[in-house]
Amino acid sequence: MKATDTSEPDYFHRVVDCQWACPAHTAVPEYIRLIAQGRFTDAYMVNRESNVFPGILGRVCDRPCEPACRRGRLDKDKPVAICRLKRVAADYRDDVAGLLPQAPAQKNGKRIALIGAGPASLTVANDLLPLGYACTIFEALDKTGGLMRTNIPSFRLPDKVLDEEIDMILNMGADLRLGTRAESMKALLDEGYDAVFVGSGAPHGKELDLPGRQEADANVHIGIQWLESVAFEHIDTIGKRVLIIGVGNTAMDCCRTSLRLGAENVKVMARKPRGFFKASHWELEDAEEEMVEIIVNHSPKHFVVEGGRLKGMMFEKLEYTLDDKGQIRDTEVVEEVFLACDDVVLAIGQDNAFPWIERDCGIEFGKWDMPVVDPITYQSSRKDVFFGGDAAFGPKNIIWAVEHGHQAAISIHKHCQGEDVSDRLPRGVNLLSTKMGLHEWSYSNDFEPAARRAMNHVDLKERFKKLDVEVELGFTADQVATEVERCLNCDIQTVFTESLCTECDACIDICPVDCLTIAPNGEEPAVRESLTAPAVNPDQPFFLSEPLKYTGRVMLKDENFCLHCGLCAERCPTAAWDMQQSVITIPYAAEEGGGSASCQQQKTG
Amino acid sequence: MSFIRKPRVPYEGQEVNALGRTRADYEGFMSTLCAGCGHDSVTAAITRAFFELSIPPHRAVKISGIGCSSKTTAYFLGQSHGNNTAHGRMPSIATGTQAANAGLHCIGVSGDGDTLSIGLGQFAHAIRRNVNMLYVIENNGVYGLTKGQFSASAALGAKPKKGEANVQMPIDPVKTALALGASFIARSFSGDKAQLVPLIKAGLSHKGFALIDVLSPCVTFNDHEDSTMSYAYAYQNLQPAADADFIDPNREEIVTDYDQGDIIPVTLHDGSKILLKKAEEDYDPRDLGRAFDYVMRHQEQGQIVTGLLYIDETLPDMHEGNKTVGTPLVDLPFEDLCPGSDALASLQERYR
Repeated sequence: MKATDTSEPDYFHRVVDCQWACPAHTAVPEYIRLIAQGRFTDAYMVNRESNVFPGILGRVCDRPCEPACRRGRLDKDKPVAICRLKRVAADYRDDVAGLLPQAPAQKNGKRIALIGAGPASLTVANDLLPLGYACTIFEALDKTGGLMRTNIPSFRLPDKVLDEEIDMILNMGADLRLGTRAESMKALLDEGYDAVFVGSGAPHGKELDLPGRQEADANVHIGIQWLESVAFEHIDTIGKRVLIIGVGNTAMDCCRTSLRLGAENVKVMARKPRGFFKASHWELEDAEEEMVEIIVNHSPKHFVVEGGRLKGMMFEKLEYTLDDKGQIRDTEVVEEVFLACDDVVLAIGQDNAFPWIERDCGIEFGKWDMPVVDPITYQSSRKDVFFGGDAAFGPKNIIWAVEHGHQAAISIHKHCQGEDVSDRLPRGVNLLSTKMGLHEWSYSNDFEPAARRAMNHVDLKERFKKLDVEVELGFTADQVATEVERCLNCDIQTVFTESLCTECDACIDICPVDCLTIAPNGEEPAVRESLTAPAVNPDQPFFLSEPLKYTGRVMLKDENFCLHCGLCAERCPTAAWDMQQSVITIPYAAEEGGGSASCQQQKTG
Repeated sequence: MSFIRKPRVPYEGQEVNALGRTRADYEGFMSTLCAGCGHDSVTAAITRAFFELSIPPHRAVKISGIGCSSKTTAYFLGQSHGNNTAHGRMPSIATGTQAANAGLHCIGVSGDGDTLSIGLGQFAHAIRRNVNMLYVIENNGVYGLTKGQFSASAALGAKPKKGEANVQMPIDPVKTALALGASFIARSFSGDKAQLVPLIKAGLSHKGFALIDVLSPCVTFNDHEDSTMSYAYAYQNLQPAADADFIDPNREEIVTDYDQGDIIPVTLHDGSKILLKKAEEDYDPRDLGRAFDYVMRHQEQGQIVTGLLYIDETLPDMHEGNKTVGTPLVDLPFEDLCPGSDALASLQERYR
């Protein structure tokens, strides 16, 4: 096998599983260490650089980082509480006003129109305002935040948190036009903007067109529209018995909101068994804690209406046959079931809609009437129009919208400077030794065996008193102190220098998880076979060194379970192993464009 | 050495032995030896051997003398009893242990100083009695604990890191043991676990005195360019004479065809087998004279012969030879262990 090329920046980035999995590539271990040192403000700023909304995302992020977390492989699906630690940084930070980017007094003369005041548009504004762009944000509703405000209930994400972080961007001088729905792309383009960014989301809830739907209309609600009405206080009650159709994260918000509007018996109706649910398992747990009943294997058949009023719904009870891979092979209807209810909320997905974009203005539309958008530059077929967030590729989540915003901002900047939008800076990596002394490292290298800390919740009775009682209390100081130590510091890389190795075996003997091996090189199956412990995760590449000087064998490292405890480096007599912090450099608009794509912004922390 | 303890972290795919234990269950305290010490590798090899043999830790006893090597008994088998004895006196205590309880798996760890200087007489007599034990010498040619003076195994003319070359003849533990008539003699290298682990397993299963002289470089005082006991020298000059595959009948099926000319099967008293794979045609680990000749010849060429060099599995061990009771004293009924005043009187009568 060929020796691993560790100079390829993605090699070390991939070892930091959380950062690699995060669409915005937040430097997770770095901010967790800063929290451990009590440097909450610095931790917040590290977050803000990549994900822009740490307080918001620390509460409601979809957290792709957590399933990827290496600690979760050791502690059976109990990764580090990365998301909630982000909230810790936001909760305990000092005033950051002086640390935020600022717009220059001298503008660059370019005007950008941003459609929608959701996370994607706000991120674009965040990246472009400091470069001297004039950003105008058009928002149809009377409030900012997009789906972050309308679809996420305030008991999960308080308005105060939203306002604070959105204001950080708006205060740089964005021209915000609330209650101004974009009605025509042509008209907008005629106003002479240098670029238009469409971050209008996927605002249409899916309809369930079954018999009785029209007659029952007064008591059948479309989830995301209904949540929006609740958020704007147009709706403040619901019937005692509520059925939620669908089992995604919107369904979880709908059922929990129902309980706060007076519902007493809420059932979430799922077509498929558990394991096929779209909702994140933590959102399911939170709903079930509130006594929401989740009923599996029930497919809606029709609405039952009597005397012009909804009485309930008929369901087909299904039985599934699974194949050995756990996929559904066969479905059979076993019986029909009637469930009485007063209201039904439909939470079965959402669609994009662009009725305001004229199809002859140079923006090509493709499959499912979605705009054709470049997945790297976010540019549409019209060079001055860019898409991002749910508007680009359909519903995703906030952290993806943020990343789209960053990338679109780079493109818009390059476009406005007359540069090629596809000629982008690559990501880089810097390595810095953490050795402080003979057995001392600049990070806490010992393994913390404690289990994941459980988030404290407001008492069940208390939380239903008002719609906006935030359920999660945040971590206590003790919880923070333990949880930060659970992080394995995967960004502190084990860096190997072949020429120094004397093949003494010390590193192999000391490794607590047997991830090191010295063996003859050969073809991949044989090399894998020779590993000290079997490589159980074929997706995790292993490190293979150049030939060692005495025997020509190679050093192998399976990254999968590495604790980054540094014992290999401590036991190495020649410092062939060293623990080095990898800093992944992520280019933003500020580093690109203007022909001065040179020096990286100084990283906080 | 390290400041943090090696964390015990169960992980998916971790090896488990017949007793359901992991290798970590056979480890001891954290080593305080220098980083890169060969002894730590020998410790790891011993840990692995006991783990693979599925020996319950409380059925093992570990004895050592004084020196860097003798510290290592603290670093493996943390759940076993042991004794860190006086300098060079490990064989006496081991002999006593075996006299009292022949049911224990006895491992003695010593160094070149502990064995070949102050303990040479003890070493010789343990061989002479054929005490049922595994005797591991962690041989690095220097007294590391007292800052690197040459020991009795240092070669004539060996150069230290600083100071004068060695002017005294070395004592070679392998040749000494061959001359004294030990029943199991092997040599290995701390960096070669593929060879060392099966040798330790075979040595532990051999009934009688099993010697493994392990070249175990002193990373601080004897791993320099001119050293003949460095990692570099060992990797360049190792000469395997016969590799031993240890086969435990309880765990593995014996499928090898023994009729191959270069494989010599040796059946040990407990039914386990050693398959000796000869590296050279003229080598015979059952022939004392040829073994001696082979070791000598290669030594003259500056080569270190490794592997199982000599074995005589038929030689009676201490209990058998002395006709003493082999049953552990703790298992003897009280009336046999202490037959009473009348029995004592009649015994004394025989000598009047």
